[in-house]
Order: sequence, then C-alpha cells, then structure tokens
Amino acid sequence: MTEAQRHTGDEAIRADARVDLLLIADMVQRNSRVLDVGCGDGTLLRLLSEQRGVDARGMELSQRGVNDCVAKGLSVIQGDADIDLSDYPDDGFDYVILSQTLQATRHPRRVLEQMLRIGRRAIVSFPNFGHWRIRKQLMFHGRMPVTENLSYAWYDTPNIHFCTIRDFVGLVEDIGADIERGVALNRYGYPVRVNAPWWVWNMFGEQGVFLLKRRG
Amino acid sequence: MAKDSAPGRCPDINGGAMAWLAKDFQPEYRTIRSKNRTKSVYEARVTSEEISKLASQAAINEVDAPHSLVVRFPESDPLLMDAGVPVAPLTIAYQTYGTLNAAKSNAVLICHALTGDQHVANVHPVTGKGGWWETMVGPGKPIDTNRYFVICSNVVGGCMGTTGPASLNATTGKPYGLDLPVVTIKDMVRAQAKLIDHLGIDQLFCVAGGSMGGMQVLQWAALYPDRVFAAMPIAAAARHSSQNIAFHEVGRQAVMADPEWNGGRYFENGAKPSKGLAVARMAAHITYMSDEALHRKFGRKLQDRSAPTFSFDADFQIESYLRHQGSSFVERFDANSYLYVTRAMDYFDLAADYDGSLARAFKGTKTRFCVVSFTSDWLFPTSDSRAIVHALNAGGASVSFVEIETDKGHDAFLLDVPDLLATTKGFLDAAARARGIAAAGV
Repeated sequence: MTEAQRHTGDEAIRADARVDLLLIADMVQRNSRVLDVGCGDGTLLRLLSEQRGVDARGMELSQRGVNDCVAKGLSVIQGDADIDLSDYPDDGFDYVILSQTLQATRHPRRVLEQMLRIGRRAIVSFPNFGHWRIRKQLMFHGRMPVTENLSYAWYDTPNIHFCTIRDFVGLVEDIGADIERGVALNRYGYPVRVNAPWWVWNMFGEQGVFLLKRRG
Repeated sequence: MAKDSAPGRCPDINGGAMAWLAKDFQPEYRTIRSKNRTKSVYEARVTSEEISKLASQAAINEVDAPHSLVVRFPESDPLLMDAGVPVAPLTIAYQTYGTLNAAKSNAVLICHALTGDQHVANVHPVTGKGGWWETMVGPGKPIDTNRYFVICSNVVGGCMGTTGPASLNATTGKPYGLDLPVVTIKDMVRAQAKLIDHLGIDQLFCVAGGSMGGMQVLQWAALYPDRVFAAMPIAAAARHSSQNIAFHEVGRQAVMADPEWNGGRYFENGAKPSKGLAVARMAAHITYMSDEALHRKFGRKLQDRSAPTFSFDADFQIESYLRHQGSSFVERFDANSYLYVTRAMDYFDLAADYDGSLARAFKGTKTRFCVVSFTSDWLFPTSDSRAIVHALNAGGASVSFVEIETDKGHDAFLLDVPDLLATTKGFLDAAARARGIAAAGV
C-alpha cells in the first residue's frame, strides 16, 4: 500500500466514523443524559454535548483514551463494559450507547441487558458479519474474513463475538426489548435504502445501528 | 475576628523561609559540613548528631513560630471537634502561592497527606529540601500558580504551626500532649473552611490531595458541596481499611513502646521517642512502595560492603535506606502528632455519616470530580477509588476516573508520573474554562 493509498483509506474510515456517529447523535434527544460505553477518544461525547446539549458521560478501557477524554474536559471513567456496568444504578441515564464495541465484549447479552437496566434506551452499532463481502471470503476463499473495517487476523482480533444483523435482532427479541429504530449502513457509512427488506440489510449493510427501548 | 500574624513573620514564602534558612540555619549547617571534610570519622558522627539536633530544634520552633502565614482564631471562635470538645484558641499555619483574582474564583486548596505539611512548593524550613508537590504545583505546572491562587494549610493535629499536640494548651500553659481531643478528617476540613472564610473565599475552584489529602477532598465535597467547584481525590479512599488501621496501630505501638514517650509528655523531660517514631516511619514507608519498585531500586544489594557481615548491621541497602527514612523523619515530625493524624485516618468512614450510603454523601452534587488511582498502590488500591466512583455515579455526579499504570506504589502521587500530571492538567484546564478562569498570563 502506498502512502497516498493509506492516507485515502484513513480518510475514508474517518468519514465513515463521522456519519456513523452523526447518525447515533441523531437518535439522541436533546438535553438528555447519555452514557457512552467504549467512548474511545471522546469524539461522540463531544458531539453530543456540544451539538445536542447532552449531559454526556463515558466509559473507556484504555488509559490513553481516558486521558485524552479527561484532557478535553469530558467526564470519563476507566472501565470495562463486561465488568463495570454493574456499578451503575438503575435508570441513571436516558440512553446508553455502545458503538462498535459489542463484538469485543465477553458477554454481549449481559452487556446489552445491563445497558437497558441503566438506561431506558440503548443505542448499539456493530459490524455486520452477514455482509456479502464477508460471506464471499468465507465461501470462496474458505478463510476467516479480513476486510477494510475488520482488519484483524482471526488469531489476534479483539472481536470475539461477531454477529449478523439478523442475529442481533434475534438477541433483542430474546431479552425482550423493542427496536425503535434500525438502520443498516453501507461501507461508506450511509444508510442502506430505508424500505429495503431485512435480507437486503443483512447482505448489504456493513454495520447495523439500532435504537432499543426497554419494555414496560 | 481572626488576626493574621504580624507582617515580617513570614509574609511571603520564598522571602520568609529562604531568608530564615540563609540566616539561622544554613550557615551552621555549612560550617559543620566543612568541618566534616577534615575531621576524623568519630567527629563526623558527632557533627551529624549536631545537625540532627539543630533540625529537631528547628522542628520545635515550627510548632509555635512557624515560617508560614498564620491565622489565629481567638477563644471566642473555637473549632468544634467531632470528639465533642471545642479547641480554642485555634492557630492555622498555611502557605499561599499565586494571586487571588478579583472574582475570587481561582482558589485551589491543596490538602496534605499524613506526614506532609503546608510547604507544598517552597523550600522546607526544617529539612531545607524542596516542597513536597513541586512536580504538580508551580508556575507552568499542572496546578499553575500563574493561573490559580493555591492554598495549603497544616492540618489540625499537625506539628508545623497549626494547633496540634505539641502546641501550647492555653488552659495549662503547657503543650497539649494527649490532652488535645482526638482529631478527625472532618475536624481538619472544618478548620480549613474557617481559613477559607477568613480569606474571604466563598467557593474553591478546586480541592485536591493525595492519600489522607484525598480523604479531606472527599470530606470537603460531602460537607460543603456548594463550596467546591472541582475535586481531585488521588490515591484515596472513602474509608480507612482494616489493613490500614492495622498498619497504623503498629506504628503507634512503636511510638508508645518507646520509654522516652512517657505517656505523651516527653517534652517535659526534654526528650522524645525518636526510636519508636523512627520504627513507625520505617514500617509505614514500606507500605508506600511496591514490591516491584523496591526490588528494582534495592534488590538484594549490600550497603558499602562486598559480603554480609554476619551481624545485625544494615547489610542490605534497603535496611540502610529505611533507617535513613526513620531517622530523618523524627527530626521534622512530632511523635504525638503522628498518633493523632494516623488516628484521624483510622476514624475516617465517610459513608457512616450518611446512613452507610456513600452515594448519599454526594447526592445531587454539582462538583466535578476526577478520581485517580495507581495500579501498584496496595495501600489505597484501585478498588477503593472505584468505590468512590461508583458512589459518585449513583449520586449522578460528573466524574472522571483514571487508573494510572506505574510501579511506584502509593507514593506515586508525590512523584513525577507523567500520566498523573497530564490528567491533572487536562481536568483543571477544562474545569477552569467552565468556571471562566482566565488562562495564565492573560
């Protein structure tokens, strides 16, 4: 890969992330209370607090990420989604966001249940393992897929619990939550045609973004 | 109304303490050192005792005539202690750095740890060494004295000028000794609040401190939520653990087992329980460091010898180091103060004042918190900090939490740990923006 190509690649990913985050931010009501689990360097937190007047808090595993966030004046706690969500009280937030992290948790179901305990609503975005490129790699090459957005080899990936959009919808049904909104994003981060049927999403969406609501 | 001490006592830190050092202390010290070079080993030992005596004398002077700013609250304005007894008159010795802005919105209160004092960022009047938090506090440092007005006072029960067991008891005309009521963290904080009132400051921009200082930070935030804009408890806990009480008890027993302690009235014999206090300090010092750091620093290395001596000399470097820590500590610290201040930490259990619920202590608080712990701190482990964070979250507080990776143990909060400095700077800069405090030099 040339320097120029790598640069373009980075740009694309960044542009991707922006659309993804803007879409999530769009799902959040103004002036609400939000916990962003796995908040990284705090880009989404900043977006939420600056543009939507949200009281935004974060949790992040890496010390570097936490330091970056604290240096920006964000309220971020060093913690692990698998362990430390249990420390939060019921209904402490309006929304709990998990962006591109579900597949890296040890217990995705438990994490999702915790999120819907802490907040009435949860927003989850995740890479769709049912995308046609991934299916193609497995089918024709017989190897674990490595794509631009999922660039790890099978033996060193932090992503240990991949799922397809369909799998995720099934899990949401199992834990008894409602899907208020669901969007599949193409590889550039833009929504796949809204009125397309599920199987299209599962084939052509590179990631899914879902707004969930606790029942009752 | 409380009165500041007469000007000239020590109106400014650098001028005061430094001038005193240069005038009274250092010349003799220098003479002794220069004699050292020519005299025999035996005489050199004598002179080191002389140095020690001089330093002890200096420490005694600091009790009654500290090289600090001093505020004296008269008999009519007592400090009501948790023990149910008022203490009056009350003296508070403190240092300030930087300038209070017109809005009085840039004051940072620093709370010192067990054996610390108000000399945060100036030469210490007894030891002649630099301030204990010079990595953190000063011009251009994370707690930037070009931007903030920094205050640190000696705690009640201390021995650097604030009322403590070595201070004169007005009713007897003699030092308090054990007649001083037992001091709590809340007593220390109430005394600081009196000082802050005296300085005419309604709300502190930030209260920060490590270890016992962090306990005071938590107590401040719980007791005076509206007076604390931002709070930074570092390597702290909302209650002292059983293990930590145990360590303190060992230290106190070492002091009290020294025959010179004399039921706390050693000053009457012109003696002091140096051996007991040194042992207490040695034992405590081990708890401030990690096994890893000790091994890296000292390993099993021998001290100035190539083989063990088959005796109980300080063969190992670690032994020699601890003995040095013990003996230098007794020169600057009062043994009874050590009993009082360790006791204050033992009694600290913030949740107990709020029906056992720490979350209730912080309910509805507007204060922004930044909680910091260190991976190798086994005295105030990360789990203690997490308990604080948990309670703050439950109370809906704005809280950041960083666990910093270091092998420097509990003492890391005092040391040059870049992640701690960066975290502090980031947190304070953001809070200062929110508070509308002008940047340094603007």
